Amino acid sequence: MNYTLTKNTRNILFGMMGLGVVGLIYAFVAGIEGQRIWSNLLVNGLFFTFIALAGTLFVAIQYAAEAGWSAGFKRVPEAMGQYLPIGGLVILIVLAGSAFHVNHIYHWMDDYLTTEKTTVQDLRTYEEGLQHHATHAEHHDAAAPVAEGHGHDAHAAEATPAADKYESKAKFPQGPEHDLYAANYEKAAPTDSIANPHFDEILDGKSGYLNKPFFFARALIYLLGWIFFTWFFRKRSLAEDLAGDEVKHKKNMNASGWFLVFFAVTSSTMAWDWVMSVDPHWFSTLFGWYVFAGMFVTGLTTITLISIHLKRNGYFQHINENHFHDLGKFMFGISVFWTYLWTSQFLLIWYANIPEEVTYFQDRWENYKVLWVTNLVINFIFPFLVLMSRDAKRNLTFLAVAGVAIICGHWLDVYLMIMPGTVKANYGIGLLEIGMFVGFAGLFGYVTLNALTKASLVAKNHPFVDESAHHHI
Amino acid sequence: MSKKVIYGLFDDEEILLKSAKDLVSKGVRIKDVFSPFPIHGIDPVIGVPRTRLSIGAFVYGATGLSLAWLMMGYMLIMDWPMDIGGKPSQFFYMNLPAFVPVSFEMTVFCAAHGMALTYLIVNRLYPGQQPHNPDNRTTDDKFMVQINTGDNKKTAEEIKSILSSTGAIEITEKEA
Repeated sequence: MNYTLTKNTRNILFGMMGLGVVGLIYAFVAGIEGQRIWSNLLVNGLFFTFIALAGTLFVAIQYAAEAGWSAGFKRVPEAMGQYLPIGGLVILIVLAGSAFHVNHIYHWMDDYLTTEKTTVQDLRTYEEGLQHHATHAEHHDAAAPVAEGHGHDAHAAEATPAADKYESKAKFPQGPEHDLYAANYEKAAPTDSIANPHFDEILDGKSGYLNKPFFFARALIYLLGWIFFTWFFRKRSLAEDLAGDEVKHKKNMNASGWFLVFFAVTSSTMAWDWVMSVDPHWFSTLFGWYVFAGMFVTGLTTITLISIHLKRNGYFQHINENHFHDLGKFMFGISVFWTYLWTSQFLLIWYANIPEEVTYFQDRWENYKVLWVTNLVINFIFPFLVLMSRDAKRNLTFLAVAGVAIICGHWLDVYLMIMPGTVKANYGIGLLEIGMFVGFAGLFGYVTLNALTKASLVAKNHPFVDESAHHHI
Repeated sequence: MSKKVIYGLFDDEEILLKSAKDLVSKGVRIKDVFSPFPIHGIDPVIGVPRTRLSIGAFVYGATGLSLAWLMMGYMLIMDWPMDIGGKPSQFFYMNLPAFVPVSFEMTVFCAAHGMALTYLIVNRLYPGQQPHNPDNRTTDDKFMVQINTGDNKKTAEEIKSILSSTGAIEITEKEA
């Protein structure tokens, strides 16, 4: 039996997309700064790509583990993976926008920051350019450590209000290496070679990894790799429907092992590249797992919500409360796992209080206090309490409520990963943010549900589909 | 009529499960089933209610969390304010992140030990306890149904005939 996208559902999804367009138009009309719009695009691009990727990951895990229980609804995560090309495109647009300086999300892409020697003329041009890009100037100065040894001295940051924190930095830096510049700036000839005061030692040190060619090559490798495996699994899974030989299943099993290895590496490096390099001075060794945990729980929740939708609409007769119980356990468990990683990251940084690390949380605590606390409540305490009991996990209403909370919560989590690094205190959650989130959710829902209509909802020749129908816990 | 205990021995848990379903559908109340491993799906058939151990786990866990916070709050905030990374320590919440690992460990410790002890006590598995198993073969490769005639309207003969017709390899009977 195939899923039919009813007119009603389609209208709801198009309405959601329409709300996204309205949010965008509103942002332009209201004159919301470009950096915030771009950042929103990145947040939603990442968030929904993560969900799609988690779908493929789920399929791969089930193949690798030869899991039987999930065979009955494996078409749902398969369909979710079909969103990957679109989500990847959105991310690539944002990355390219940064490379061409249309936005300044990845400010390390500014080559001037890693140029050690410059001329007076170049410097003047650069600084005039900064005046035109107020956001960029803020951004850059916040990140340039040369100005006062440690640009992010925790106590200095506490003492000055957020607004002028980034503007009060001296354009004429101190220190012997810059004496020439400081003394001769006014009377220097335009072609005189001087030390670049904007030279960023940390970014220069990281430029072996964080440079544009390598960065874009990696981005393409990740996306093409994920899309390839998604296509590979899906193709063989659909072919299996027609001719039920186990060869295709075995091929998918072997491929799933390769995908998991590929994913293990790329999920971490992807998180460093696309998320952590928004704050390029800052680093956290478990950041990749943290992003992965959020991605996995969001993906599992999406699988659950779509399955609930299918069940409520009369499909998925063979999926009963036992399957939902296991999905609920997954949601509960990975929510706790996410919290574990969140805490592990926060606890050590809070404890050690090293300026170069603690800035990350300082930015969030100063400007995003309410959202930052909400993030923990909605992603840990709420699902922890709601999904703890067995009965709740076997009740579709409870699952749906917790699921919607987890989806919104992890969108907020991605929002909190990106926004403090890109727009500092100039953020907001208004029509733009909500509209774009809902709009992208509509797009994702449409792509996924549309992919569900293309194939039988039950992978009927899957060797474990019978086992799945008899799943009982 | 004297009360009797009837034991039906099976060599396959699937046959036992079918037999138990048959017995129950005919109104026979099964006292217990002995098996070397858990038989999937036997609980609802013989009327064993769902375990309440998970409620116990929550209560023990909450107790552990409260104990941990009480302990740390008293030791590190009230009695001897501890300098944790140079951070203010007037109030409990100020050092809360540092208390997370201990809170977690105490919650798990109390929940795990509470559950294990509850399980052992409820199942009467403590030192000096006499074994209740009627037949040692059920600890190896045989499965046994126990039926008390005192619980049932059917006579011992009727029950025995159902047992033998549903695949019991050995039926024994003794005075209760």
